[in-house]
Amino acid sequence: MNSMILRATSRLILPAALIFSIYVLLRGHNEPGGGFIGGLIAAAGIAVHALPRGRVSLTQLIFASPKTYIGAGLVIALASGMPALWLAQPYLTHQWPFEAIALGTTLIFDIGVYLVVIGAVLSFLFYYLEE
Amino acid sequence: MTILALVAFSFLSAPFVGWAGGRSWQVIAAVPLLLFAGFCLFLPILTAGEVALETYRWIPSLGIDAAFRVDGLSLTFALLICGIGTAVFLYASSYLKGAPRLARFYTVLTLFMASMLGAVLADNLVLLVVFWELTSLTSFLLIGYSPERADTRRSAQQGFLITVAGGLAMLAGVILLGWVAGTFSITAILGQAEVIAAHPTAPAIIILFAAGAFAKSAQAPLHAWLANAMVAPTPVSAYLHSATMVKLGVYLLARLDPVFSAHALWIALLTSFGALTMLTGAVLAMRETDLKRVLAYSTIVSLGTLVMLIGIDGELASVAVVIFLVVHALYKACLFMVAGIIDHETGTRDSSTLGGLRHHMPITAGVAMLGALSMAGLPPFIGFAAKELVYETGLELSGSWILVVIALVANVSMVVVAAIVAIRCFYGDLSSTPKAAHDPGVAMLAGPVVLAALGLLFGAMPWLISDSLIVPAASATAGAPLDYYLTLWHGFTPMLALSVLTLALGVVTYRRWDGLRLRLAAIDNIDRWGPDQAYDRLISGLQRLAAWQTRLIQTGSMRVYVGRTLLTVAAAGGITLVARGGLELPSFADSLVPEIAIAVILAVAALAILRARNFVAGIVAAGMVGFAVALLFLFQGAPDLAFTQFSVEALAIVIMLAIVGRMPFREQEYRSKPQRTRDCWIAASIGLVASLLMLSVLAQPFDDRLSVFFRETAVPEAHGRNLVNVILVDFRAIDTLGEIVVLGLAAIAAAAVLAGMRRAKQEERQ
Repeated sequence: MNSMILRATSRLILPAALIFSIYVLLRGHNEPGGGFIGGLIAAAGIAVHALPRGRVSLTQLIFASPKTYIGAGLVIALASGMPALWLAQPYLTHQWPFEAIALGTTLIFDIGVYLVVIGAVLSFLFYYLEE
Repeated sequence: MTILALVAFSFLSAPFVGWAGGRSWQVIAAVPLLLFAGFCLFLPILTAGEVALETYRWIPSLGIDAAFRVDGLSLTFALLICGIGTAVFLYASSYLKGAPRLARFYTVLTLFMASMLGAVLADNLVLLVVFWELTSLTSFLLIGYSPERADTRRSAQQGFLITVAGGLAMLAGVILLGWVAGTFSITAILGQAEVIAAHPTAPAIIILFAAGAFAKSAQAPLHAWLANAMVAPTPVSAYLHSATMVKLGVYLLARLDPVFSAHALWIALLTSFGALTMLTGAVLAMRETDLKRVLAYSTIVSLGTLVMLIGIDGELASVAVVIFLVVHALYKACLFMVAGIIDHETGTRDSSTLGGLRHHMPITAGVAMLGALSMAGLPPFIGFAAKELVYETGLELSGSWILVVIALVANVSMVVVAAIVAIRCFYGDLSSTPKAAHDPGVAMLAGPVVLAALGLLFGAMPWLISDSLIVPAASATAGAPLDYYLTLWHGFTPMLALSVLTLALGVVTYRRWDGLRLRLAAIDNIDRWGPDQAYDRLISGLQRLAAWQTRLIQTGSMRVYVGRTLLTVAAAGGITLVARGGLELPSFADSLVPEIAIAVILAVAALAILRARNFVAGIVAAGMVGFAVALLFLFQGAPDLAFTQFSVEALAIVIMLAIVGRMPFREQEYRSKPQRTRDCWIAASIGLVASLLMLSVLAQPFDDRLSVFFRETAVPEAHGRNLVNVILVDFRAIDTLGEIVVLGLAAIAAAAVLAGMRRAKQEERQ
């Protein structure tokens, strides 16, 4: 699927999709968005970029195998519940350490979801890309 | 704190012992020795007639505590586990020198010891089940020490399947007993023994627990796995499959004996299966020449004896159980290690080819003789006291001459087996062996020497263990404090006459053993129709059934799968809806014009999928359906859902196009006319049922308690205004965690399948 049009447009789509996905991830707690949808958007951007360029360029673009993203995401999501255990609360009771802004361990959990979704979509896609 | 600390120490030491495997015998032997010393600290508590209890919160919502109990029974087991563990660990460090996979072996062996300790110390039935299954699992790994051999794999699987199937029955029994008693605490259950024994479900509880215990303790007809487990290295056979793990079933029965001891079914089941097992083991032991298998069948005889003794109601029976248990563990572990030494030093353990080894290995010959004399039940060995007690129990309590005769047969077989190991291998004409035989080093001899010496010491001075261990353990088995004094010599009694008869018959049988063995071995119906073959038939039948139903269901065609799934859902949903009279229609009064417009787009796109002549057109039309649904979400005030739907649709189209680009779908008509007609009907039926279901749901009054709860608590408690996200990452975060684990695993599994397909294709090309 080595199309000139896809090659050219995907160069623009990739950064836009990545930035937008992070924006969606961060606003998720208050506005429509979140880790799942953010991960889908990022994965779509990366997929469009990788389709005309093949598998090697995908690996170069994301620095690692998609499976690494799945593992990293799961570890991050699991870890976000640990502070609660230290404070003798049920696992995954989220913590809000700051008085002024609502920034808590939910965001860490959502980043984990974000990475798992990216890793899952890309590992499906990986084997359909041309070498 | 102490019991928990000891159990935790045993588990946590596993990686260190694994590391030390093949490097340092000191670390290997130190761990069980330390534990042994730790458990000895409890002896004064028992002598004072008390028990030690510890309770920790574990799953309070289900009323399950991590509770531990040290009484005579559990401490006897714990000391056997650690004491024989020390001997076996030391023995293994020399026996397995230079063997492969030592780190794994020692790790699993230590985990096994820890699980055994947990199982016998647990004061909660659920905790007991957990440790119980851990011993089955570690036993599986230890039997399967050499997985490259087919017989090893079969034996490991057989032992695992039989003990775990029994474990499942026991779990059902635990749940039932917990329900009847209102608690899983063993101490509390023992406290209301009469209520439980009189409950109408008591027979079911007894059968389920007995099934678990019989499978674990290799009672006939579930005994085959124990003899086959002899493919494991000898330290494993000596430890798991004679001295400890196979006794766990006996432990469970002894533990529950105070509750059910007077129940007719309990007595009938235990005495009959125990007696059957004794006879089966006694006959099968006479057929074998492999020393380890001979010993394994004599272990089965002993396990049957123990089960039968538990089945007999009475204080004397309780004493007999405990003393026989200890005696058997001492001499059997010793003799197994002797068999291992013979195997290790001569290169064979076929008793029919061995003889005269005492010239080459005098110390081993002496140890074997000490162990064998205890096994044969000769004074002044403690084995004599055990055998006398078995006879006394049979004569005085059961009042059944059949049981006494069976006990006589079993004990005669013990004498013969003892003679096979100690006399046949070490005396007579010197035989040539594959390897030049000589006594092994200290590490391999130390354990058997100590165990054999203890058999003699306890026999000569029974007061050493009488008050501190045997009587408290017998009291725990009987459920009431016992007043008993253990002595070796009972005077001239009927039991003594039976002992003399046993010995005489044993000597006669041993002298004729060669002929007897050949005649017994010639009965090939035992091999053809025994439970071992029944197991094979069961497993191959199961595999044929699995293959048949896989061929039936797994056609390999995605279209067939999807079609069947959708039709099943449509039929199940539709039939339920109509049969239960749930069909209702909501009012359409406040429908919006844009929604109707979207519905029209949706319908047109759906028809377009049916009409599409090639894949790309089909994919685009399906995408249109998805986008129309997303628009509908948007108009209905669910922007998050719409957002996600848009992204999923976009990604689905991208991925499907990527697939189409790689697949050889080039023909114009990618589906034939009949196929399209059939798919049309499937789609119409699932669409109709789904629509009717949704309409019926909408016709119901809306219960908004959850929505109100989330709306009110989202900002103050979770600091977020987006309810969907707040639910996903906070209120139900553990669900989300589960979902992303599934998502990740599915992706990794799919990637593995796709990689495999790609590799196969590449190999085809080459």
